[in-house]
Amino acid sequence: MNAQTLYDKLWNAHVVRQDADGTALIYIDRHLVHEVTSPQAFEGLKLAGRKLWRVASIMAVADHNVPTTGREQGIADPIARLQVETLDKNCADFGVNEFKMSDVRQGIVHVVGPEQGATLPGMTVVCGDSHTSTHGAFAALAHGIGTSEVEHVMATQCLVAKKSKAMLVKVKGTLGKGVTAKDVALAIIGKIGTAGGTGFAIEFAGSAIRGLSMEGRMTLCNMAIEGGARAGLVAVDDNTVNYLKGLPYAPKADVWDQAVAYWHTLHSDAGAVFEAVVELDAAEIKPQVTWGTSPEMVVAVDGCVPNPADMTDPVKREGAERALRYMGLEANTPITEIQIDKVFIGSCTNSRIEDLRAAAVVAQGKTVASNVKLALVVPGSGLVKAQAEAEGLDKIFIAAGFEWRDAGCSMCLAMNDDRLNPGERCASTSNRNFEGRQGQGGRTHLVSPAMAAAAAIAGHFVDISKL
Amino acid sequence: MRKFTQLNSVVMPLDRANVDTDAIIPKQFLKSINRAGFGPNAFDEWRYLDHGEPGMDNSQRPLNMDFVLNQPRFQGAQILLARENFGCGSSREHAPWALEDYGFRVIIAPSFADIFFNNCFKNGLLPIRLDAEKVDTLFKSIAAQDDFKLTVDLENQRIALPDGTVYAFEVDAFRKHCLLNGLDDIGLTLQHVAEIQAFEAKRHAAQPWLVA
Repeated sequence: MNAQTLYDKLWNAHVVRQDADGTALIYIDRHLVHEVTSPQAFEGLKLAGRKLWRVASIMAVADHNVPTTGREQGIADPIARLQVETLDKNCADFGVNEFKMSDVRQGIVHVVGPEQGATLPGMTVVCGDSHTSTHGAFAALAHGIGTSEVEHVMATQCLVAKKSKAMLVKVKGTLGKGVTAKDVALAIIGKIGTAGGTGFAIEFAGSAIRGLSMEGRMTLCNMAIEGGARAGLVAVDDNTVNYLKGLPYAPKADVWDQAVAYWHTLHSDAGAVFEAVVELDAAEIKPQVTWGTSPEMVVAVDGCVPNPADMTDPVKREGAERALRYMGLEANTPITEIQIDKVFIGSCTNSRIEDLRAAAVVAQGKTVASNVKLALVVPGSGLVKAQAEAEGLDKIFIAAGFEWRDAGCSMCLAMNDDRLNPGERCASTSNRNFEGRQGQGGRTHLVSPAMAAAAAIAGHFVDISKL
Repeated sequence: MRKFTQLNSVVMPLDRANVDTDAIIPKQFLKSINRAGFGPNAFDEWRYLDHGEPGMDNSQRPLNMDFVLNQPRFQGAQILLARENFGCGSSREHAPWALEDYGFRVIIAPSFADIFFNNCFKNGLLPIRLDAEKVDTLFKSIAAQDDFKLTVDLENQRIALPDGTVYAFEVDAFRKHCLLNGLDDIGLTLQHVAEIQAFEAKRHAAQPWLVA
């Protein structure tokens, strides 16, 4: 048999049927559901009198709209409350497994799924959320879908799809001090652009990727969509298997060895052919900071805000000029001279225990700068929060002047009360610096957790590789 | 789903690259549990001068007259023209819902983000990829000619310009069939129930941990 990519293997294992033009029905193993993109799908099923094909494949949790403080009082915003209550009701009506807001397992769907062992290697995983690419860290074929597709998967356990192309992003060498998976992700997007991965599934490989923890790999695959790729992938290794062992939804002892033997086949074969290959040298990647309104507008922390006048492509130049106006930045300003107003440590990109540990190391014994009005730490799940508290991280953050919140998407997209006011500038560990993403008129700079914590302490960006 | 066959319409030029779905429909409107009614909030932050929230009377809000959507010339446009990577970011289907509810049926751009592109076809919207040079020509033609209109013909996969120029475009055969006939996927997929059941049984027998 020809050498196959990891993506080939995952795709081939899930094709139910395929037409001559390549349109296929792909079987879906795991369907994650949250409150924002599911109500219309459940309603569609009800109107058509359809049932869920396989209720056990679904795991539901409210994350986008949930408050991160004063949760025992419920959700104040009546529209948001109705949406969460609608999820509760739909899950009750259809018998879906849901972690409600009061459940310690509640959290961001892309943190909860892996944490529970609900995401397993070799699975297809979908969710009505673009950051479903996160789950590819486990060598699962995982990507975001729209609400019509959510309904389709609910009713048929399948997705209508065509095979993507495969891209290999190889990061060789070893990451330097203070350089994390987030910096690797931003550096890759800076290189390929936000549309560079459009039409591709990206496999991340190379020694720097092998050296990442599962949390780091999730951060990297999470950001695949910001590079345009619906799916990111990392091959299975011992890190993957060790992470999953003993998790609630992971295979039990009687089938564990069988599962692990299969999982170890989930890598690209030697000689497998990719339609595109991109290589980076880990040693050249520095801590990254975005300066504009697209994740590709990114530079190293020791660099400067670029000058649009230097850009030859007129569309790019105009985009950069608009971005600088929106961001309130001057060309050629050193990144480390940019003062910030708020800090957000959280989101499905960077709210796992390793992220909180990295931020806490920087914050320990320090105080948030006086020009920083709000520094939020929002754990990715109730279990991450409990783990962090068991390690005393909450005390470090609170002593330094950070707020320690309950789990949810929070200020990544500001659907709840956590948001930026117009003109406010934020060092954020989230994934999108789009106009208005964190609040209308808000200005987002994407960074790693340690970089965000360091910015909170200094009041401006600092190069943590030099601390 | 509404059928799409062909139309002749004014074209609204949105001269930006990387228009993301947060811009198409901001997050506060995603709290709705309905599929309809997002049109008045399409491009909300660019379109109005105040901050929009669900439940506002949008007809009373101050308009940003610099934004192309509010310019009298482009009222009633059913075709939207944009630059690269249209619809990037969030998978929210509220974005195509908002565009369709506003009145658009066709979006022309050099490239689209994958999830958005896919979502359009589920909602009677036709996204057309056209070379960047042709898109640029269209932007210039709109600027040069006040009554510029395009005819989009899905059956023949052609875009006709007023001067008689014709651009051919590609569209996936299955998606074209669904759009021309207004077909939803679920009914089509359920014609293959036996195949899905057989696949599932085999898969679960081979990988029993998936059902444990």
